[in-house]
Order: sequence, then C-alpha cells, then structure tokens
Amino acid sequence: MMLAKTPLTFIVNDRPVAVEVPPTARLSAVLRDQLGLKGTKVGCDAGDCGACTVAIDGELACACLVPAASVEGAEVRTVEGLANGAVSALQASFLRHGAAQCGICTPGFLVAAARLLEDNPRPKEQEVRDALGGVLCRCTGYRKIIAAVMDVGSNAPTAPELPKAGKAVGSSPSRLDGLPKVLGSDRFGADSFPKDALSLLVIRSPHWHAGFTFGDLDAFVANRPGLVAVYTASDIPGVNAFGVIPPFADQPALAEGYARFRGEAVAIVVGEKDAVEALDPSDFPIKWDEREHALTVAESKAAAPLHAARPDNVMAQGKVRRGDADAAIAASHVTASGSIETSYVEHAYIEPEAGCAWMDGDTLVIQACTQAPVMDRDDTARILGLPVEKVRILPTATGGGFGSKLDLSLQPLIGLAALKTGRPVALAYTRSESMMSTTKRHPAEMQATIGADAQGRITGMVFDGDFNTGAYASWGPTVATRVPVHASGPYFTPNYRAAARGIHTNGPVSGAFRGFGVPQAAVMQETLYDELAGKLGIDRLEFRLRNALRNGQPTVCGHVMESGIGIADCLEALVPHWRRALADAEAHNKKARHIRRGVGIASCWYGCGNTGIPNPSAIKLGITADGKLVLHQGAVDIGQGSNTVIPQICADALGVPLSAFTLTGADTAVTPDAGKTSGSRQTYISGKAAEKSGRALRETILRYANVSSDAEIGLDGGKLLIREGAASRTIDLTGLPADADGFVFRADETYDPPTVPLNENGQGKPYAVYGWGAQIVELAVDTKLGTVELIKITAAHDVGRAINPLLAEGQVEGGIAQGIGMALMEEYVPGRTENLHDYLIPTIGDVPPIETILVEVPDPEGPFGAKGLGEHVLIPTAPAILNAIRDATGALVTKLPATPSRVMEAIRATRGAE
Amino acid sequence: MVRYAKPRSVDEALGLLADGEWRILAGGTDFYPALGSLPLKYDVLDINGLAELDHISETDDAFVIGARTSWTSLIRHDLPPAFDALKLAAREVGSVQIQNRATVAGNLCNASPAADGVPPLLALDATVELRSASGIRTLPLYDFILGNRKTARRPDELLTAIRIPTSATAGRSGFVKLGARRYLVISIAMAAANVEIEGDGRISAARVAVGACSPVALRLPALEVALVGCQADASVVGAIPNQHFAGLSPIDDVRGSAAYRIEAAREIVGRALLMAVGGRRAEAVAA
Repeated sequence: MMLAKTPLTFIVNDRPVAVEVPPTARLSAVLRDQLGLKGTKVGCDAGDCGACTVAIDGELACACLVPAASVEGAEVRTVEGLANGAVSALQASFLRHGAAQCGICTPGFLVAAARLLEDNPRPKEQEVRDALGGVLCRCTGYRKIIAAVMDVGSNAPTAPELPKAGKAVGSSPSRLDGLPKVLGSDRFGADSFPKDALSLLVIRSPHWHAGFTFGDLDAFVANRPGLVAVYTASDIPGVNAFGVIPPFADQPALAEGYARFRGEAVAIVVGEKDAVEALDPSDFPIKWDEREHALTVAESKAAAPLHAARPDNVMAQGKVRRGDADAAIAASHVTASGSIETSYVEHAYIEPEAGCAWMDGDTLVIQACTQAPVMDRDDTARILGLPVEKVRILPTATGGGFGSKLDLSLQPLIGLAALKTGRPVALAYTRSESMMSTTKRHPAEMQATIGADAQGRITGMVFDGDFNTGAYASWGPTVATRVPVHASGPYFTPNYRAAARGIHTNGPVSGAFRGFGVPQAAVMQETLYDELAGKLGIDRLEFRLRNALRNGQPTVCGHVMESGIGIADCLEALVPHWRRALADAEAHNKKARHIRRGVGIASCWYGCGNTGIPNPSAIKLGITADGKLVLHQGAVDIGQGSNTVIPQICADALGVPLSAFTLTGADTAVTPDAGKTSGSRQTYISGKAAEKSGRALRETILRYANVSSDAEIGLDGGKLLIREGAASRTIDLTGLPADADGFVFRADETYDPPTVPLNENGQGKPYAVYGWGAQIVELAVDTKLGTVELIKITAAHDVGRAINPLLAEGQVEGGIAQGIGMALMEEYVPGRTENLHDYLIPTIGDVPPIETILVEVPDPEGPFGAKGLGEHVLIPTAPAILNAIRDATGALVTKLPATPSRVMEAIRATRGAE
Repeated sequence: MVRYAKPRSVDEALGLLADGEWRILAGGTDFYPALGSLPLKYDVLDINGLAELDHISETDDAFVIGARTSWTSLIRHDLPPAFDALKLAAREVGSVQIQNRATVAGNLCNASPAADGVPPLLALDATVELRSASGIRTLPLYDFILGNRKTARRPDELLTAIRIPTSATAGRSGFVKLGARRYLVISIAMAAANVEIEGDGRISAARVAVGACSPVALRLPALEVALVGCQADASVVGAIPNQHFAGLSPIDDVRGSAAYRIEAAREIVGRALLMAVGGRRAEAVAA
C-alpha cells in the first residue's frame, strides 16, 4: 500500500522546484530521487547520524525525518547550495585541514557548520561541538573538522599550491580527490543508480539458526504487479560459496535450506522500485523452523558443528612458539596473569553498502562501494558461473570501510538479478540490514601470563585466545594467524607461546576490522605490562622502553631486522609528555575528591600486508600521445588517502610535479590489481609499486632521450621537455606510436613484499615491513558514576617517512576515535543494537585533543622509507585508556567496552578488595 | 490505499480522529524511525498544519505548552528558573536537528522509558490536555503515561497541550542525564529536581523524578517529603537514603546493570538537587 502522490512546491538552494510525491515521503528521498541532489546522504534513516542534515527555513533538520508535506513553500538548503559557483571559505577550510576523509558525512557537517557560522563567525571549540554534535563521522576523529570550522575566518589561501617536482613526498597537499567531497558531488555507492533500475528486497533470516522452506513464490510475484521475480539459492548458476580466503570459502550468497545467523540472506525479490518499496518482508512466503543455536564460544563448544568439516566449531587456529615460555615464566622474578573479554564491534561506516549492476553485452558490470574490487570480481564471477573477464567491477567512492567492505555483500545479489533479468538492478542496504548482515570485529576471550626478571626485562609470555568468528569464516583465519604473531607487543620476548582460535557461533560473521584481532590482544598484553611495572616499582614508560624491541633482536617469530625498528623512538618521543601528564594528574588528584585523573600508556606494532603469503600490487602508468600522464591508481581510497599518497610517491619517483597526473581508478577492466585496501598495505605495497613504475617510466623516457639519470622531465601539452644542465631536448609525443591503452611511453611494475612463510611454530619472516607506535591517554574518572572524560591523547607513530603528514595525522586521529569507541562504548549485541542509537560510536564530544608526533625511522624496504599506519593507530588506544582508568582508580576493567556500569563495578570490586 | 490528512484546524483534526484510527505525525522524529523501511500500513494524520497548537503561553494559573511546540522553541522561550531542568533536558533530546523538529508533546506520546522530557515535566507537576470531538479532559502526566510505549490517550483524542501549574514554577530546578557518550545518547538514567526555598534557606517543597530506571519515569515522594526542612546547600545530598529509591525497577541491559542504575540514580538525584539549590547551571550531562 502506498500513499497517493500529491504536488509539492518549495525552494531548494534558491531555486523553486515542483515535484509529485506522497506527502509522507522522506525529504531525503525527495531531494535525492526526485531532484537528483545526491549530496544529501542517507546513513541511517532514523536521525541518528546526521548525514542528511539540511537547513529548512534556516533551521537544521535530518531530511530523513521530515515529511515532504512539511516543506511546502519552505526554503531548503543542501550541501549543493553552499558553494554558489565557487568553493565557499568553509569548504576550502575543510579541504585545507583534511576534514573530509571518505567524505560521506561531509555534506551534513558542512550544512550544520554553515548554519553555525551564520550566527557565530568565530566559534569556540565548545560551540563547534555543540553545533555539530548531531553528525557522526567514523573516519576523522572529528579533530580536523573542529579545526576547519574554527579556521574559516583565517586568511589562509583557499587552495594551497601543489608541490613542485621532487617535493611531493613529505608535503601535505589537500587530498587530490577532495573537491567533490566538499562540494557534495562525489558519487558513492547509492548515488548513481540508473533511472530505470529494478529494485531489490533481500529476505533475511530473523532467527539465529533456522531451516526454511518457501511457499508459492510464483504466486507471490504474480499477485503483485511490478514484481519481476524471486531468486533463491537454486537460481545461483555457479558455486554458492564465497569467502575472502579461498580455502575457507563457506558463505552462501543465498542460504541453502537453512540459515546460520540472524540477517543471513535467503532470497531476493526483484521488481520495479515502487512495487518493491511497497513490500512488507513479513508477507514473503517462507516457513521457518528454528534450531538450537550458540552465540558464545562457551555455548558453541558444546554445540553441534556449524560446518561439518570443522569439528568442535574450531574454524582455524594460529600458533607461535619460541624458546620455553613456561620455564621462563616459572623462573621469573615477577609475573602477571589476567584475562580480558571484548565485544563485537561494528564498523559503522556512515555509508551502508550500496551499488547497482547491469549487463554490458555479455559482461556483468557492478558499480558499488568496496575495498577490494578484484576480490569482488573473482568471487562474484565464481558464484554466478561467469569467467572473471565477464565481470567488471567499477568502484564508486566508498564511504568508509575499515575492513568490512573487503567482503562481498550485495555484489552477488544485484549481479544475479541483473544477469537473470537483463535489466539494471540497484540496492542500498538499510542501516539495520548493513549492521545485521555484514562483518564485525571478533569478540575475544583471552588469558595471558607474562614474566619479568628483577631488572625489569621480559622473560617470557604465554597467550591464549578464543575469537568468536560467527557463522562463516570471512577473515577469521587471518585473525587466528595475526594475533599470536603480534600478541607480544613490540617488545623483545625471548620465550613465547601464543595460540588463537577462531570459533564458529551463530552470531554475526566476524571478519576484518582495523587490526585483525591485534587491538584485542594488545589490551591483554598492555594491561599486564602495567601490572608488572607496578610490581617491579618501575615507571610504566621506562618499563616499556627497557623491553622495546631493538634492531638486531628477533621478534617472537624469529624475524631479525637490522634496521627500521622504531618503537623505542616512539616511546622516547613521549617521555616529556608522560612526565608532564603524570605531574598534571598528581596535582589534580591532590585536591580532587571523586573526580580522579589518570594517565595510561600502551604501544603497538603491526606488520603491513598479508602474513607470510604473497601480496602483490601492480601499478600502470603511461603518457598518451597528447601528453596526458595517466596513473592507474588501483589502490581503492576509502578515505585513507591513497588517491593522494600513491601519486605523491609516483611523482617524486618519476620526477614530475604532482599536478601532472591524471588518475584512473580501480576499474577492473582497465586498471591492474593493486590489491585490497587492508592490512595497512597500500602506502607501502602499492606505493612501492608506484615508485617502481615511476622510476621505470623515468628510465624509459631518459633512455629514449639519451640523457643521463640526472635529467629533468617536463610535460608541456603534447611534448616532453628533457633538460640536462644547460642542454634541453623536446620529444614530440604526437609523432610516437601509441599502444592499445593510448600510451606512447608506459611502465607496468609489480611489487610483492619479500616474506618467509611461518613454519609450524610460527617462525619465519611474516612481513617485510612493520609500523610502530605508542600513545598516552590522560583522562578523568567520575568515581561515583563510573563515567570517563578523556582529556588528551598524545600519539607517537613511526611511519618511516610521512608521505603526506596531514593525511597521516588524519589516520592517527581517526584510528584513535575508533579505539575510544572500542574502549568505552561500542558493544554490538546481535538482535538488540542494530541501529546507530543503541549502538554508540563516538560523537564530536567524545574525542579529546590529540597531539600527533610523526616519528620517521626509515624502513629499508618501504617507498622513500615509508611504513604502513592505518591499523596501527587504533591498537594502543583501548589499552592506554584501560591503563589510565586503573591509574586513576586502581580498578582494572576486564570486559570491554568500559561502560560507566562496568567501570563502577570494577571500582566497587577494588574497594571491596581493599 | 492508506489515507493521509493534514487538517487546518483542531476541530477538523478531532472530526477525523472520531472517524477512525490514525497514526499522528508531528515532528516525525519518532514516526520515521518506527516506520523504518516498511511501507505505510496505517492512516496518517499530519498535525503540522495546526498553527494553533504551536505556542507557549500563560494563563492565570498555568504555563501552557502547545502540542506542536518544538524543543528548540522551548529552549528559546523566556521561562522562569523552574523550567531550567526542562530546558537542560531539551538540549539533550537527540541533536539540534532533532530538537528543531521534535515536539515536547510527541516525547510524551511516544512514552519511551528513557524520554528526556518526562522527568522534568513530572517534577513540574505537569498535566496534559486531551481533546476529542466529544470533549476535553486533563490528566496528570503520571496518569497519562501508562508504561513502555503506552499512554492513556484514546484513539479519538489528540494531546493538545501540556500545562504546568504556576504554583509549581516558584522554585529552581536541576537536571542530570547520564549516558555513555556526549551527544545523541539515550539515557542510562536521568534525574530532575525542582525545589522551593524559604527565606531561611530551608527547602519548603521539593519534587524529584528519575527516568530510565522504571517503565515510566517516577517521582520519589518519600524523598520529596524528607527534603522539606533541609538546608538548601551541599548538605542536601546527605538527605538521600537508599530506601527512597525502592520504587525504581531498572532493567539490566547493554547500557548498564540494574544495580548500577539504582546507584547512579541516587548519585544524579543528588547532583540535580545540588544544581537546583545552587541555582547555577552545572554540567547537565555526565558522559
């Protein structure tokens, strides 16, 4: 049933408009679908995220909550109405400060900030927070947004100049893809659906574990005008099992006979948009037969296997052994033991999965947000029984990913419908659909014991963890592998035994989330380090510095690096901040009563790229006959900045200015595979491939020009200008033969990190490059309510070489914000928190000032010495927060998140023990 | 086909309500989240055309908040200090975007146990005016909200106004909301307090309410009695023994344990009282 459409006239961005829509249609839908104003984003349809913020007669509103009828005669302003022909000062400030990362929340922030600035051109930080508190951002950590809004009135140039030749690496140009993000014109997964596209409704299991049988599907379609078809598992032409790690591929695109988790797709209904929107899923003819389920590791160990080939529901196990950990601990001067439990964490990118698919001849084209286009292509082709060259993935701008958009979501569903119907098909997940059906961070149950000698040197460590991997494998095997490799922290640990298991349950599928289990393990290790330091009477930072891994010392995997280990440098950079923070806290606590200040510290290390298995990136680069320098930049930019950083590396390798490049994205039909955006690998691995391609192209050109390697290359229309000292030479490109890509000069280079696979004891050289870091958290605990107020976070991260310091800071701040969420508020409870008001992520009021110290200990392998950063930055935050809470109160919270309720419980338990 | 109506007068609206079941659409901030992605299956009465309900006014014996008054209108309206708690609560209803659209009355009709507006309105002795084609009735707020998402509104009735008796607006007030983050947060617990203070600095009347710790926010009458005669200063917190909280029946959920909620309720009631007796605006949010 639908409401009749009625005519409606109002003003949008100073222009009168007339539409015919149902009076209760959401204004967000009217703006996007009727008026084509796609800058207004839909993140939740519930007023929880603010991405659809518009101004109506000068007052902010979430357009998703406003009935169309309410704007009759009103003036509506959207992000498209902020620029007025030129970039506004606010938009320019967002660009200059790196306040837009993925850009999906940017329109909402801009509209809200513009409204604030009308009344208050020079707002204070608290005023900015109060004004923007209704918009969520998952990428930036908000600090650069605050800075951008406060800096609008400054005299900074609107568009800083791009760096000159040879000066790109180390400079901070604004994101090369930033302008459309601040104009609201960037196109995300849901922003370019074909007008005539069919819609799709996914029927999902409402049960944890249930068999199902379909009723009369033909009658269901026949009785509903506008519906085209229902497809189920029996319509899938290929192999109905996907997975990011092929030997573990176990997840059906549409469940066969029974569903293993709530939210699993079992059928799709395809039809005209209006007909599909009129559907109520509860009318769909399906009969459910609920089965016993297990949601926790403990329940699962006693339950029947979810997958027959995986007894005891153990999906995968990872182990690292070195020396004799038990003997070393037994002989230790002091030991610390403990256990930590963590919760499901939802990625909560502001863009729910969205995309469309159509047939181009016999090629299936899928245009969707993603982190891994080639993996999408290969798995979709397999499911649909197509050769890989008959599937083309066109990535859209991706509104955040953080690991979850590595896995397939809607690709096989829209692909199947397009293939079967021959018509374009479009689908945007609802927020709850996104939350219930896509991957999460693994809940972990961990125990560990660490020993140290009387001098405060670590003697040995034992770690054991069960990681709830949910109903399907996804990236669970990677978590099981990465955790034992990293659970020692960046410290010399001569004797070590660590195991991590991925355990199946009927919970949501746990997959990749910024750090692959390492953030959980770091909480275990770093809280025990504080306990050891306390028992030894050694300052907590000094204790870490004493044990920091040094060049020439083996890691727990026996990997010896002769240079590039930067953890001690990071810790040393924090020493003055640590002393100041401790003094501040002590001074406060002398006069404080129930508000207690505390200071905590924790470190991280993290290997970049796949663990001991191949992980290549290829970069194609060429010059066309008309003098266009085209960089096929296949490293998908989900906000982290590869569209800027990879060209910066390439520019300096080739020796041309950054402005010379034209970028082509990760279209699988034309751009080689630069691998997935995952594992903090793009700057290092794709960057290295870009460096190699840049250098190769340079060499080809210089050889052609018969000049030495010192020559300078200039591009001038259809000519190359080669200068060497006083001599110069012009190469007329238009006269040269072009290849199939239109290139007259080209380079195609691949880089694969030199690693050594791990043996049965986890010994080898799992990564070629690691990144290092440490963070200090200063906070205050209200010991009567258990609430935590963060005061400041100081983060020192060794990035080897900061290719773009501004973007690197943005990664640090964004990672810290996610660490704050994991530490203090984020707990996904399946069936209970499938929205953004019950599932809490940090708001602009929850992220304190962050001081970032970029440490540069060059890596011999990375491009220009660079190391990865994206995941590292999240790892120390949660343990540093827990350590600071303990410093403030004496109470250690052992289950994350440390909600006020849990903090209070821990304080009470500590009081009771005294 | 479902029906949609946007009447231009209250009488027209009441006529429609007399004629069948309607879902009432006001600010939309609860209507749309409840609808989600489902198709409309009920008739919708859009009251956004009723200009006569968008007002805050004073009669001889009451302040009247019209049913279409948004939280932002309330914040901007000049009101006596007894309303400070309600205004502090108003600033914590979702975000500015929500406060601009959501109505005070809608917050009551939605009847969430965690509704931000309910404790301060209970502490103001608020009543609601319900009109129907057959007449008008007034209910105390505590008799209007019956349970989680349940009210005493009959299908033919429209909540047209909230009344705060002038007699309840003599004192000062405080409000504290406890949540797990700073903005856009559903309360773990909240407390509102209104106190009247004699010339000798003693409390002559107190009204205290706690939200999110029972299916419907509750007044704490035993505590209110105990507070009378107490010195209106920091010592007031000492007058809060545990037994006065016996009426609360919080649940264990993802936001906090029941035991924690009771303990926290006691603490924030103390802080709301301090805010009220101090006559100053302290930090309204503990997050």
